[in-house]
Amino acid sequence: MDRILFGDNQFFGVNHMSEEKARSQSMRFKDVQSIMNVLDIANDAGIRTFMCTTHDRIEEICNIVRSNPAHYADFKFYPGMPYAHKYANAVTEEGVLGALKKFTSGSMLGAIAKGGKAIATQDVIGLMKLLIDAEMKMFEGLSTDVIFLQNVLVDLLLGLDLRKIFIEYARYIREKYNAEPGFFTMNLPLLLDVLEDCGIENPIICSSINKIGFRMCGGREAYEKVIEQRRFRPIAMSVFASGAIPPAEALEYVCGLKIESIVFGASSRTNILNTKELIEHYDSV
Amino acid sequence: MIKAGVIGLGKMGISHYSILNTHPDVDVVGVCDSSKFMLGCLGKLSDARYYNDYRKMLDACSLDCVMIATPTSSHKKIVCDCLERGLHVFVEKPFSLDIADGREMVDLALEKKVINQVGFHNKFVGAFNKAREVIEKNAIGEIYHITGEAYGQVVLKPKGSTWRSKKSEGGGCLHDYASHVIDLLVYYVGMPEAVSGTILKKIYSHDVEDAVYSTLLFPQGISGQLAINWSDESYRKMSIQITIFGKKGKIVVERQECKIFLRENGDDGLEKGWNILYTTELTKPVWFYLRGEEYSAQIDYFIKCISEGREENVNSFESAHKTDMIIDMLLEDARY
Repeated sequence: MDRILFGDNQFFGVNHMSEEKARSQSMRFKDVQSIMNVLDIANDAGIRTFMCTTHDRIEEICNIVRSNPAHYADFKFYPGMPYAHKYANAVTEEGVLGALKKFTSGSMLGAIAKGGKAIATQDVIGLMKLLIDAEMKMFEGLSTDVIFLQNVLVDLLLGLDLRKIFIEYARYIREKYNAEPGFFTMNLPLLLDVLEDCGIENPIICSSINKIGFRMCGGREAYEKVIEQRRFRPIAMSVFASGAIPPAEALEYVCGLKIESIVFGASSRTNILNTKELIEHYDSV
Repeated sequence: MIKAGVIGLGKMGISHYSILNTHPDVDVVGVCDSSKFMLGCLGKLSDARYYNDYRKMLDACSLDCVMIATPTSSHKKIVCDCLERGLHVFVEKPFSLDIADGREMVDLALEKKVINQVGFHNKFVGAFNKAREVIEKNAIGEIYHITGEAYGQVVLKPKGSTWRSKKSEGGGCLHDYASHVIDLLVYYVGMPEAVSGTILKKIYSHDVEDAVYSTLLFPQGISGQLAINWSDESYRKMSIQITIFGKKGKIVVERQECKIFLRENGDDGLEKGWNILYTTELTKPVWFYLRGEEYSAQIDYFIKCISEGREENVNSFESAHKTDMIIDMLLEDARY
């Protein structure tokens, strides 16, 4: 994995600090071209991994990248699925079964029958595979070396202790997509224990890691300890704690830990370049 | 260890189950849902004890408490059955569709002296609590007006096949969405004496309202306005905003931030002009995170109330019953 990864929250009206800011961002990134302009700045600056959700609009970005292979030669996607609100809204509207039918059927030829059969036989793993295929369709032909499960699902499964899904997810991602499975979580120490128990070795885990301990369940000390002592590939997100920590202070802290990659989102050239420079600076000291 | 059972595995139930399952003081000994599909799937993946009838679960497991997340129309029967057995009960909002039923549940819970709590989770959001603290300290002076708004994109087309689109089962924007805001208004300024000009507007739905607009009249001349709409696609997810106007300042509060405007310097470091407090400083850490700290915090609070024998509860049945009474006032007002 690259040292610096580029996130997508800013493009889709996600801001953990301010709904007002989130709304103004979603106005600014109304069209795909405005998103592409920012991705191009990142790409030109050498930040070539785009960690994104499977939001409907990512599909348009995929199309643009696919149709300009020369320009985006080294550009990689790290998809994170599922885009939770899409499912949550569907479950509210149509129930769990209705939502499953909706997302397993539209995906591809033959999936309607497969989906129906999987539902009828309560074949959870089969359903999971169909849902992954449906989500991954938009990335066909693009580079996706790591494929993530979003924290809302990872943490739900973690709480329910449904380990079999983690095991089968990791296996399917490796076998079908020739990619590494990744996991987002807000509960790093607990998840790491469970994944190790599941035999998923040296897992890629992306979690909030920041100087003020925001959204670090188990506490900052516990995080620092597992990062120092355990074998896994950590990615730090929420390093600025949604802007609560000044950039230099935030990155000095994160760069001082044994972390493989740092993901951040930004909307302006200045912020993108400054963040990159600060990471490189603190990496070198 | 406190032995818990979960009844109902919809969106809220499954999330409560997950959080409860990680709580260090809780042992989830039984889980129940009427959907064969949900039980079939879970049964294949784990060896927890699943039931398709809550009464069987209550008979088979020796429980201390239950978390009920079934459609509102089923609350009374299930809640009363659990209370009769002396169990502590957490039930999802909205509490009840019928005031008399609600009263019965409140009284039975008091009679049985058990912990009773309803899932109005916003009272566990740091920013919403900060606003209450600022009000209690009289920082914005005498309050004269409050507005409660909530927008989101739940219903964007006429179709809908779950209980949420059926009025008789407790669906609709008033019970589902507006109840959260009404509950917060009561938290801030108490019960209204009257409501007027209530409009329950169908936008896409056939059977239920998609928007609620109303004027509320509180004691001491405080006026209030409600504007709730769950058919607004411009909002990615449910967004609540409460604005409280006082003679010395005002508060604008959302889930993630509490903005306080003061006309003069105040106590607790609050300054003249805008003071912006963010979730990063207002949120207390939780032992396990799923979808928001407040969901874990409310469960921990319920469990602590049980283990410490605390009687008063910020989200007691009584408190949720007040919210139901206001919903009833709005329904009555909208009829004319």
